[in-house]
Amino acid sequence: MKHKMFQKHYHLMLLPGMILLLIFSIIPMVGIVLAFQDFKMGLGITKSPWVGFDNFKYMFEMKDSKTIFFNTINIAFWKIIANSLVPLTFAILLNEVRKFAFKRWVQTIVYLPHFLSWVILSGIIIDLLSLDGVVNNALQAFGMEPIMFLGSNSLFPWIIVSSDVWKEFGFNAIIYLAALTGINMTLYEAAEIDGATWLQKLRYVTLPGIAPTIVLLGTLSIGNILNAGFDQIFNLYNPLVYESGDIIDTYVYRVGIVQAQFGLATAVGLMKSVIGLILIVISYRLAARFANYRIF
Amino acid sequence: MVQNKSMTARIAMGSLYVLMSVIAFLSLAPIIYTVAVSFSDKAAAAAGKVTLWPVGFNTAAYSTILSDENFLNAFFVSVKRVLLGGLINFLMTVLMAYPLSRQVSEFRFRDYYMWTIIVTMLFSGGIIPLYILMKYLGLFDTIWALVLPTAVPVFNVILLINFFRSLPKELSEAGHIDGAGPWYMLVKIFIPLSAPALATVTLFSIVTHWNSFFDGLIFMRSMENYPLQTYIQQFVVQTNMQNISSQERIEMFKNLSNQTLNAAKIVIGMLPILVIYPFLQRFFIQGIMLGSVKE
Repeated sequence: MKHKMFQKHYHLMLLPGMILLLIFSIIPMVGIVLAFQDFKMGLGITKSPWVGFDNFKYMFEMKDSKTIFFNTINIAFWKIIANSLVPLTFAILLNEVRKFAFKRWVQTIVYLPHFLSWVILSGIIIDLLSLDGVVNNALQAFGMEPIMFLGSNSLFPWIIVSSDVWKEFGFNAIIYLAALTGINMTLYEAAEIDGATWLQKLRYVTLPGIAPTIVLLGTLSIGNILNAGFDQIFNLYNPLVYESGDIIDTYVYRVGIVQAQFGLATAVGLMKSVIGLILIVISYRLAARFANYRIF
Repeated sequence: MVQNKSMTARIAMGSLYVLMSVIAFLSLAPIIYTVAVSFSDKAAAAAGKVTLWPVGFNTAAYSTILSDENFLNAFFVSVKRVLLGGLINFLMTVLMAYPLSRQVSEFRFRDYYMWTIIVTMLFSGGIIPLYILMKYLGLFDTIWALVLPTAVPVFNVILLINFFRSLPKELSEAGHIDGAGPWYMLVKIFIPLSAPALATVTLFSIVTHWNSFFDGLIFMRSMENYPLQTYIQQFVVQTNMQNISSQERIEMFKNLSNQTLNAAKIVIGMLPILVIYPFLQRFFIQGIMLGSVKE
């Protein structure tokens, strides 16, 4: 009986948040109709002319679209691979450390870059990699020619991937470290009695023990394949490397907000959101089936 | 034989400790380098003499910054944003997580609300509709443009829902028998019991607000309203980018470039994170695990 009385209080608690979500999340979803308009700020959504699928047609005809789509997938793919393998290896090695204080100390340090913004880290990276920066100074000391790291299309994707690994590997290792502590210690003792080497223990105890976590994270990362990292690329790229570094999100910003082609940019963004949503739903389904994972 | 094995084991262990120390050092080195540059002599920094320790120690860069009105302005915009945005995020998180943590038998509409917030997390209209909406609402150049679009941190709400659900059910039952209503339960029982989880999500939203630059860039028309990260993005990162984008400009800017000043701005830009980091570190792992691992 009491629960019935509480209902209106529950609604009341949710009201402010729901209003904010309505205004700032749900109304913008309705705004995707301007993907089908030749939107002009002065005319507004109601008066701007409808153009059907013209924005989408134009999007597929553009020569840029292949490049930005390829770059997005390319960078995101290598990020997923590197951001799984490096933290996994690191976690396995750190787990071997027996001195608790040392372990704690290493962990504290490697988590730190995760909490700094890409603006800050890009400022640092640009300074390090500039022509007269520390890295090039070191190369010159070894008699090598200075390299224009952030102006090179062949190097740029690798700089993006490796700097992302630097920022995130420690933080990404947390979940593997948690999984490693969950492995039953008696399995290691038994293996030891059987005379297993370190590699054998790794292969027959450790890896099977954390396999569910690896599968789970791998599956969930499918949903992220179109997110190559706006903040990072936006802060590190420049016109010289648009060819290898321009991704869907940076392109939407340039075409939409800088050049005010709202309709086209919304169409490109909508394409991304829809594909992204489908991928997320698929990956959550897979995660629920194979790793028994649910977020709520 | 036995001694041999322990010898290999000892070498392996030793290399492991060395490797871990090297990795930790590499994680921190770029940050130490920037701090060192910020405290170095201008000429030494420009000549690339600074590595991990200041050369010609001085605080000139910091005194220049502290008399730079634009920089201080941006700093205070960020502080204001963190306080206001953090408070709104906190209120929204607890107010939404409590009713949503109830069972459907207690709160009939729970699942409808839940699905709404999940949809807003998974799908968005993108930046263009949001940009146009903000223009219509007349929020450009106001602090509200920075705090309202992210007022409801859905991910944090979900973390807290899971945490609230992990508290013993008997607690609610006992409270209700004693005549406690939902507001009393939330404020007097759930919030005090969730201190670690609340600290985690609050610190997360503080970090997010402090680190955001993009909304400042697109929603703020005049420089006085830039938050610090946007200011740094525009005047340190962006200008540096222009330097490296053509060979000609590289030569031109070489002498003008003010590495120590830029480094000092970056150091102040990360200072609050470095200050709250020890508290953050203590809570977040525990908080994340409590919130995300379910039976």
